[in-house]
Amino acid sequence: MSSRDTILSAVRANRPAGPHPLPELPIFPLDDSGDRVAFFRQSLEGMGGRSWIGKAVDAVGALFPQAKVIASLVPEIAGNRDMTAETRPRDLADIDVAVVRAAFGVAETGSVLLIDQALVVNAVAYLAQHLLVVLEPWNIMLTMKEAYQRPEFHQQRYASFHTGPSATADIEGILIHGAQGVRSLTVLFPES
Amino acid sequence: MRVALFVPCYMDAFEPEVGIATLNLLRRFGVDPEYPFDQTCCGQPMVNSGCHDEAKATEELFVRNFTGFDHIVVPSGSCVHQIRCHMTAVEQTEAVQQVRQRTCDLVEFLHDVLKVDGFPWAEFSHKVSYHNNCNALRGIFHGSMSERREASYSKPLSLLRMVKGVTLVEKARPDECCGFGGAFSVFEPAVSVKMGQDKVRDHAAAGADYVVSADSSCMLHQKGCADRLGLPLRFRHIAQILNGDRA
Amino acid sequence: MSEGPRLDSDGLPALLHRELRAGDDGGARDSLGGRLTHGEATSRPLRPPTPEPQPRGAVLHRHRPVDHDEAAQRFIDAPRHEKMHDERLWDLRQKRDRQMHAIPEWEALRDLASTVKQHTLAHLDEYLEQFEAQAVANGIHVHWARDGAEHNTVVHGILADHGARRLIKSKSMLTEETGLRHYLAGVGIEVVETDLGERIQQLDDEAPSHIVVPAVHKLRSDVAEVFARTLGTDPGNDDVHYLAEQQREKTRPVILEADAGMTGANFAVAETGTFVVCTNEGNADLSANVPPLHIASIGIEKLIPRIADLGVFIRLLSRSALGSPITQYTSHFRGPRHGGEMHVVLVDNGRSARLGEPQFWQSLKCIRCGACMNTCPVYRRSGGLSYGATYSGPIGLILDPTFDRRRYSTLPFASTLNGSCTNVCPVKINIHEQIFAWRKVLAKSHDIGTAKQGLMKAAGAILAHPALYRAAIAAADSALKVLPAFLVANPLNSWTRGRDMPAPPRETFHQWHHRTDGGRKQAP
Repeated sequence: MSSRDTILSAVRANRPAGPHPLPELPIFPLDDSGDRVAFFRQSLEGMGGRSWIGKAVDAVGALFPQAKVIASLVPEIAGNRDMTAETRPRDLADIDVAVVRAAFGVAETGSVLLIDQALVVNAVAYLAQHLLVVLEPWNIMLTMKEAYQRPEFHQQRYASFHTGPSATADIEGILIHGAQGVRSLTVLFPES
Repeated sequence: MRVALFVPCYMDAFEPEVGIATLNLLRRFGVDPEYPFDQTCCGQPMVNSGCHDEAKATEELFVRNFTGFDHIVVPSGSCVHQIRCHMTAVEQTEAVQQVRQRTCDLVEFLHDVLKVDGFPWAEFSHKVSYHNNCNALRGIFHGSMSERREASYSKPLSLLRMVKGVTLVEKARPDECCGFGGAFSVFEPAVSVKMGQDKVRDHAAAGADYVVSADSSCMLHQKGCADRLGLPLRFRHIAQILNGDRA
Repeated sequence: MSEGPRLDSDGLPALLHRELRAGDDGGARDSLGGRLTHGEATSRPLRPPTPEPQPRGAVLHRHRPVDHDEAAQRFIDAPRHEKMHDERLWDLRQKRDRQMHAIPEWEALRDLASTVKQHTLAHLDEYLEQFEAQAVANGIHVHWARDGAEHNTVVHGILADHGARRLIKSKSMLTEETGLRHYLAGVGIEVVETDLGERIQQLDDEAPSHIVVPAVHKLRSDVAEVFARTLGTDPGNDDVHYLAEQQREKTRPVILEADAGMTGANFAVAETGTFVVCTNEGNADLSANVPPLHIASIGIEKLIPRIADLGVFIRLLSRSALGSPITQYTSHFRGPRHGGEMHVVLVDNGRSARLGEPQFWQSLKCIRCGACMNTCPVYRRSGGLSYGATYSGPIGLILDPTFDRRRYSTLPFASTLNGSCTNVCPVKINIHEQIFAWRKVLAKSHDIGTAKQGLMKAAGAILAHPALYRAAIAAADSALKVLPAFLVANPLNSWTRGRDMPAPPRETFHQWHHRTDGGRKQAP
């Protein structure tokens, strides 16, 4: 018998007694005091992320004046490093700032969902030193529960909630941003 | 109402005055409990070590002693937890189940059964740090637990607050275990002693003169730790305070 | 007093170990200069006192059960380590409490998480088949492994097929279970852990001491020593930022050049064939997304039915583990990326057998958050390595004996049964009741040691016979020999190691009652 069939038959033979029905998932209210962007920004700040409201074209210059290599995956911000689906991840290691668009945000946690379609090469979101994420103010889900109703989880091969930057406190609990991934994450709310 | 008094084995030997205080306190409320003379132990020492077979005869003796009462009052939440939740080595006849259901801790009996509203004879003008025995707190729910999102309540504290003069002090980690744990105290002495030392230092740091609990077992352990460290803490069972001991 | 703990001058709950209070520790801050506490960060600066060497874990013998007490004593005898460990993990517990109080539906969420897991485990065969079918349809290669050895062989086979020699991996308790790193080293494959804490432990050739913060038992001085020895960093520099940055710089080239990456998974969703990985460092995403080959090892108990269920579990996981609303990264892998290859290994390794144990199957609900370890007063004071097992702390006490009953027969006794673990568990595993049940199982099969069992048999015989019992405690010195059995009657005299004995009885309650007729006739 294959390992698969051995495991499945053992699982079947040892099935716990009782009906154990699957519960419905209720909706738990969350009050964002009517200002969802402010709620989101507060959550994000608590997770070590930053947010910036302004014209998209000004953002990189204002936030990263020292940056040399900029890979932009959004049309409204110009970069100087082209990326295609064929770009090898290891060739992205010198990027200072990567600019990507979020599929949506989540106010409860200050998260942004990044999907493979928008990232082109997934690794860019981790190999760049800094990450700038464009999020439209109207595109924020209130709760994690709402977030998981979204179609991206059924369509994308890769979808990742980023909530602030890479962080560690593995040594004596001291918080350090930029453990392995990006050193900072900034959410840009574009003004037209 | 037929009420029996069970005085746990370690209390019988090391803290007889707690048994006496419990008896006198119940009499103040017009309850004169019977004391079945052949009582020994609830079986917890064996059961706590996993030795249920070895506890069976002791459990049977307990049930023989305490069958037929409306309430079996025990000045120990830990023993009550054993009887109510873990006395399963003995065959579960109707009589056994009845004894288990009718056993309650002194705090529960005063708070839930008698619903007392005062101890006019009592006065205890000291700073008190209350210690929750873990079986009393998380096993038979003497109060709300810090790990859970639930409304705050405490049966023993609501009784102590009726006593004139008592000042309750707040310590760090209010419901952390003190490290007694029955068999744990002898088979894991390193951690047991460290937990006990941390606990008594915490009582002292909070400014307590007295440590009060509804369980003598934890206090035997804590007193041993405090004495070894030379901390000037005194230990009293809640029955002694409620019965009117002044110090 | 039960309304809340005593507060210190910084507004946070009082420290038990006040000597650890420190000024600024250089941790990350927000734009207004406020201290950030997300992830595994402490909510206030802590600083250990004078240096001391790191205490090591339990000494393992081939045929003897783990001596947890011996290793715990050595940990406690290193007070600098023990105090930091205790205070730091208690801080995580308090951060967890603050998250809990911010969520009115907390207890309802725990109920839901438990019920969803129970349902999944009771229909695990169906959900495994559904997961497999979906994953395969998405282009994932799915493998099955009955035990740790088969898992390691399967992983090696996948790597060999691709000619992969260099593997980067994110932390996975399952691969600790199977001893993968050791196995792959033996077949000439270089493995580099990418989680900082796990990397520290790998370089020090030590197992993780905690399932979420693997190097939590180490101080910065220990890390500086390990890095100096293995990475060539400055041995005199134990600045935490320096150490973390050195590790980043030295690991980055390894990540870029790796042939394959491995991750575990926190959840596997049957509905879509998705698996979910949660990290704070983003190292799992690097391991998965940089090399061309991604292998994920997943225990069969990680299944959940629906994507929507993640709305329950993700809300609980990091809040319970670290007191942070969510991990920095929550990544959903549904299929291989463009040009990449993705393999999933579904591993049993004792899980299907545990499913058939009525008292213990609910331990399979575990989502490996570590909250039970953070709250456990025994774990905090003994360190994870004192358990000598893959899993330590309360959850370890109930998982480890299923892997090796004899070696881990002592572990269910490394608990006071205080119940705090059960209360913090986000999936409502009755942990302390299972520890209690394990004791019964081990006593039944005579695996608790003849001395202990003999003692209990003798105690049971005396306590069952009032006459014997009264005779035994009639005299003060003999009373101390039998009473209470768990307190005094032990061959080690361990009570007096750090505690004074209670005063011997003058007159028992029983004698008093007899002499005074229950107080009715007082002696003159």
